[in-house]
Amino acid sequence: MDTAVSVKNIMKKFGEVTALNDISFNIKKNKIFGLVGPDGAGKTTLIRIMCGLLKADSGEVDFSGIESAGSKGKIKNEIGYLSQKFSLYTDLTVDENIEFIADIHGVKNYQTRRDELLQFTRLKDFRHFQAGKLSGGMKQKLALACTLIYRPKIIFLDEPTTGVDPVSRREFWIILSGLLKENITILISTPYMDEAERFNYIVMMNNGKLISEGTPAEIKAALNMTVMEIVCIPVRDAYKILKKNVRSDVQMFGDRLNLIF
Amino acid sequence: MFTRIISISVKEFRQIFRDKRSLLIIFLLPVSLLALFGYAISIDVENIKLGVFDKDNSETSRKYLSSLDASAYFTITDHIRNDNEVNELLNNGKIYAAIVIPDNFEKEIQSDKNVMIQYIVDGVDASTAGIVQNYLLAVTYQFNSKIVTEELSRKGIKSVTPLNAEMQFWYNKDLDSTLFFIPGLIAMILIIITVILTSISLVREKEFSTIEQIRISPVSSLQLILGKITPYLILSLFIAASILLMGGILFGVEVKGSYMDLFIGTVCYLLATLSMGVFISTIAESQQVAFQISQLISQLPTIIFSGFIFPIESMPYFIQLLSNITPSKYFIIILRNILIKGTELSVYIDQIYFLLIFSAIFIFISAIRIKREQMT
Repeated sequence: MDTAVSVKNIMKKFGEVTALNDISFNIKKNKIFGLVGPDGAGKTTLIRIMCGLLKADSGEVDFSGIESAGSKGKIKNEIGYLSQKFSLYTDLTVDENIEFIADIHGVKNYQTRRDELLQFTRLKDFRHFQAGKLSGGMKQKLALACTLIYRPKIIFLDEPTTGVDPVSRREFWIILSGLLKENITILISTPYMDEAERFNYIVMMNNGKLISEGTPAEIKAALNMTVMEIVCIPVRDAYKILKKNVRSDVQMFGDRLNLIF
Repeated sequence: MFTRIISISVKEFRQIFRDKRSLLIIFLLPVSLLALFGYAISIDVENIKLGVFDKDNSETSRKYLSSLDASAYFTITDHIRNDNEVNELLNNGKIYAAIVIPDNFEKEIQSDKNVMIQYIVDGVDASTAGIVQNYLLAVTYQFNSKIVTEELSRKGIKSVTPLNAEMQFWYNKDLDSTLFFIPGLIAMILIIITVILTSISLVREKEFSTIEQIRISPVSSLQLILGKITPYLILSLFIAASILLMGGILFGVEVKGSYMDLFIGTVCYLLATLSMGVFISTIAESQQVAFQISQLISQLPTIIFSGFIFPIESMPYFIQLLSNITPSKYFIIILRNILIKGTELSVYIDQIYFLLIFSAIFIFISAIRIKREQMT
């Protein structure tokens, strides 16, 4: 069994809008799994369902691949989640945030692990800073350190690199690749096609539907079209103009547009 | 189970002590509210200003007036010379009541006639006017009986008073209304502060989505609630102690009953108010809304329905039923028993049970609501 988690026929509606339409896929153990799609594709909804923060209308998320022999309730300690929005206490220090997360997950003797993680994320010099005073990149790393303190088997990262400067982004990727050594399965959502190259396996989503899946090479081969990435400001206006005047498919990905032809 | 509750409490304490605003609310607001309300809310009538229009200006009339002036309730501030002045002084609010003594006051008394003294009282504030009326009548009757006694003794008859009422006021000997209001004040200050602090602290977790880290952890909604309540319970006990201390210094409040009973009663009340705060946080989506709902739910019923100022017994039956929804009603009964009467726990054990049931219900409903919220 090399499947960590399998997602089976997930459906979710918000009122009239179908946010997720019959989504199924498997996440392989100890790999970096990519969930790629434009804004509004349903990535965040899907991740929140997988973390148990949201209930699906139908379908299920099967964690039997990583569930330990113990009781079923323990699954919460095997899952880590980094939301798009920073969700730690800005008035607590780096150390205190990690301590709190360790405590509520019932981790004793977290001190050594905390030092390790602070070293690993290069936050050691900032350990007595209040989290609110850290930069965007550092907050992201702190959130990761907090998640890793209880050694989850799988972590879900919702657009961890959106709004983070390129240098921090690259550093973040190095840290993530290092995690694979610790037997952690990683799921990352991103709107950036250029990051897709770094994944072991990709699921592409649009409008709540799974449109294709495979390794980055397979996806590229199957697409058989040219994707032109346009980075521009303001991206929303450019999107509207292109949509009106160009026949080919235009998609908005955070701060850039993809033109497929 | 308990380690998670403790870790949430420890985190909460760190946040409270780092936030200057909540520290200000906790340590300054209660004591200043007590001083403010304690001095403002008092229905004792003292030093009522009187204007005197003495048309007789005789020895007897002066004697009567000085007996009024001698009481602590009245002070004669103005001597009036004509009818217009009576109007003017009352209209301007310079005096509260005017006394008009007719010109042959002394002569008529001496010839055993019935004399009318006219009182013109400002009736805007009905309750104060009523009290003033009673005081004035009492002073007049006293003066009457003095004249009668003198008259009789001059004629060689020993005067007899067949009926005399001797009053003894128990518990609050001096009928000090501040002493009566203090329990209500303590209840009001505690409910406002605890409901606001807990509801806001939980809603803040929603607003900053910090609650998500707790939701994906194995912490149950009951553990979350208890972890949130504990630090505020401890702090509120300190607040209660500081209010009591200040009440002692400023208004001479003393604990006549046992401190242990006081502690038990206060803890039960705080559990009830804190669980109200938790419940509000499950309905409110922003800190501002939570603040407003908290104020409305805590302050208004405490002032109107709790028997703090208006006696519940004189309310219509429907309102009496409604008054049961506020925990302060029960705490005020407990406090009056402990602080003023000094009675045993068994006297107000029903109130203690009510507060515990109230807390249990609110915590239970909130736990269910928090659990349900996680899924939507």
